[in-house]
Amino acid sequence: MTEAAIPKTAARPALSRQTTVWIVVGVVVGGAILASYATNAVITTSVMASALRQSVPIVLGALCGLFCERSGVINIGIEGMMLMSAFTAFLTSVTIGRATGDANTALAAAVIVGLLTGALLGLTHAFMSVTLKVDQIIGGTVINIIAMGLTGYFYQANMTTLGKFQPIALPLLSDIPLLGPVLFTNPPITFAALILVAVAHYVLYFTPWGLRTRAAGEHPRAADTVGIHVNMMRYANVMIGGMLAGLAGAFLPLEAVGSFERNMTNGRGFIALAVMIFGKWTPFGALGGALLFGLASAMQTQLQFFGLGDVIPHQFVGMLPYVLTIVVLSGFVGRSRPPAAEGKVYTKE
Amino acid sequence: MQKAVPRLQELAVATVRSLAVPLIAVLLALVIGGIIIVLDGSNPLLAYEALFRGAFGSERAFGRTLEKMTPLIFSGLSVAFGFRAGLFNIGAQGQLILGAIAAAWVGYAVTGVPPILHAALALLAAAIVGGLWGAIPGALRAYTGAHEVITTIMLNYVAINITDWLSDGLMKDMSGGGVVARTPKILPSAEVGSLLGIPVGVILAVVIAAFVWWLVWRTTYGFEIRTVGLNPSAAKYAGMKVARTIVTTMILAGVLAGFGGGVETLGVVGRYQPGFNIGLGFDGITVALLGKNHPIGVIPAALIIGAMKAGSSQMQFDAKVAKEITDVIQALLLFFVAADVIIRSLIRMRVRPGEKVTLSTGWGR
Repeated sequence: MTEAAIPKTAARPALSRQTTVWIVVGVVVGGAILASYATNAVITTSVMASALRQSVPIVLGALCGLFCERSGVINIGIEGMMLMSAFTAFLTSVTIGRATGDANTALAAAVIVGLLTGALLGLTHAFMSVTLKVDQIIGGTVINIIAMGLTGYFYQANMTTLGKFQPIALPLLSDIPLLGPVLFTNPPITFAALILVAVAHYVLYFTPWGLRTRAAGEHPRAADTVGIHVNMMRYANVMIGGMLAGLAGAFLPLEAVGSFERNMTNGRGFIALAVMIFGKWTPFGALGGALLFGLASAMQTQLQFFGLGDVIPHQFVGMLPYVLTIVVLSGFVGRSRPPAAEGKVYTKE
Repeated sequence: MQKAVPRLQELAVATVRSLAVPLIAVLLALVIGGIIIVLDGSNPLLAYEALFRGAFGSERAFGRTLEKMTPLIFSGLSVAFGFRAGLFNIGAQGQLILGAIAAAWVGYAVTGVPPILHAALALLAAAIVGGLWGAIPGALRAYTGAHEVITTIMLNYVAINITDWLSDGLMKDMSGGGVVARTPKILPSAEVGSLLGIPVGVILAVVIAAFVWWLVWRTTYGFEIRTVGLNPSAAKYAGMKVARTIVTTMILAGVLAGFGGGVETLGVVGRYQPGFNIGLGFDGITVALLGKNHPIGVIPAALIIGAMKAGSSQMQFDAKVAKEITDVIQALLLFFVAADVIIRSLIRMRVRPGEKVTLSTGWGR
């Protein structure tokens, strides 16, 4: 009997195949982590913590892509939005730090400026793709190149900040072994990123705003018919996305590195896009993908730590995340379905 | 004779039409760049005067401009050629540096080959390596649907790592104690010199631009490329092999960029050194869009960007304006060319059908 002959409703397994796969993956990964924790608790904890930190800018970037694309706008400019926000956030933390002498005030102001920069670039992208009807891929590239040019022109090497965000240990929770130091002892932007994944999920699937956003991205004509302002939704969501990319950018100088470097985003914006596709345009999928990349990057540092750097040249270890992105993209792009109307300009009749 | 006049007029109108947007874009970018210079506390007129002098002021200056525009013609052609098939080759950068290092290797490691043949062999190697690097995103796009914008950018990073590794390992120049990670100098027989005072590289670039024009507009293959670019479904319906066209287009785009890298190594740098070619591939995007994705239009576009690069040191020296302002001006230029609606509304010019490329077809196939 062929597969096609089986009626779809009959003999449905208790769990869908996909769920089973995920449970198996979860058990294997969880088991591996526990086994590794039993062998060497210190290293396992530090690798997991590093994996989470490395995944922060990627998951935030992926959420940026998610909001843009769910509303129907392709955003290839995440990289540029991140870079520019990283730069303005850094500049703010330097200037406010100098003026007030207080590291926390400087960092808080820097985050706000990073968010605003992202929103402004989001507005630019929305203006180009919605109002000016510029090809969205070219529009995003314009943002990337403008960010590279402006940050390169205004950057001076001799600027220093008062410091970066320090980890906060949540009371009680941070005492749990493994989970405590990994999940509950983190600097603020890392906490924010984890919370934002849940918030994004809630907003997209359980609020009228999310429904309107998805409608604008799937079937703008129908959305318009029921009174949704398609292009307004697109403007707003691309700006929200810009703010998320802005937070991702601010994370780099304010929480990860403590300073700015030319092109410090290093392709993370594009990796984020691949992660978004890998996660099938869902927030938790994006988190999973980002953690995968975070783990790859964390292992990379560990490999060098264990003296394997002599065996494998560091350049090869360095290209791992990029190769992984290509593999992920070519393996998953055909299997997950993008929002139907993305990349298409919507004009009222 | 009577008929010639309107035809000339038509030609003139067409020329003005096609030049209007790029020229106004250049002007607007320079004006806004000037405002940034003022805000930064310098005199833009002085700066632009020095920029111009550094690019065209003397024979040496113009030679420098020609030198700078050569790789830009190639990377611009690479991007423009991809655009014709609806493919956005952001990977010109990676293809270019791999071509550059391949040419360097043939240039120093292969000995006993007569002069012109040696250079030709090195360029062939550059073209092949560039083409292979272009084939990867082409095949991925055609057979898995992975969008070339992401794969080519990722491959750029991979290419940078590969060339860094090669020039610090297998191909490292150990002659001076091996302090700097770079390849040995190419042999004189592999050098691409000048002909009657004009660098051979720029002559090659112009000839190849003409060839690409012929390929795109005068051959069946070119017709297929353009059809796939305008409407892949129609191309498929007409019996064209869309997947194959995508792969070959990316291979040829890679060949063009790789060749440009080779010319740069053999004619200007003389060896491969990491960091020397950074940005040339990205500039190709600006050049292609400024040249309206036309193989011949790429030449004057490369001249403008090349002149900015050539004159920027003079400007920094004379007017104390940081070199990087040219990157800002280039970015603005790209913005105005991409958002040509702004300029078109200024001069009340409408888009004609077929004048625009469409790339945003989503991530899938």
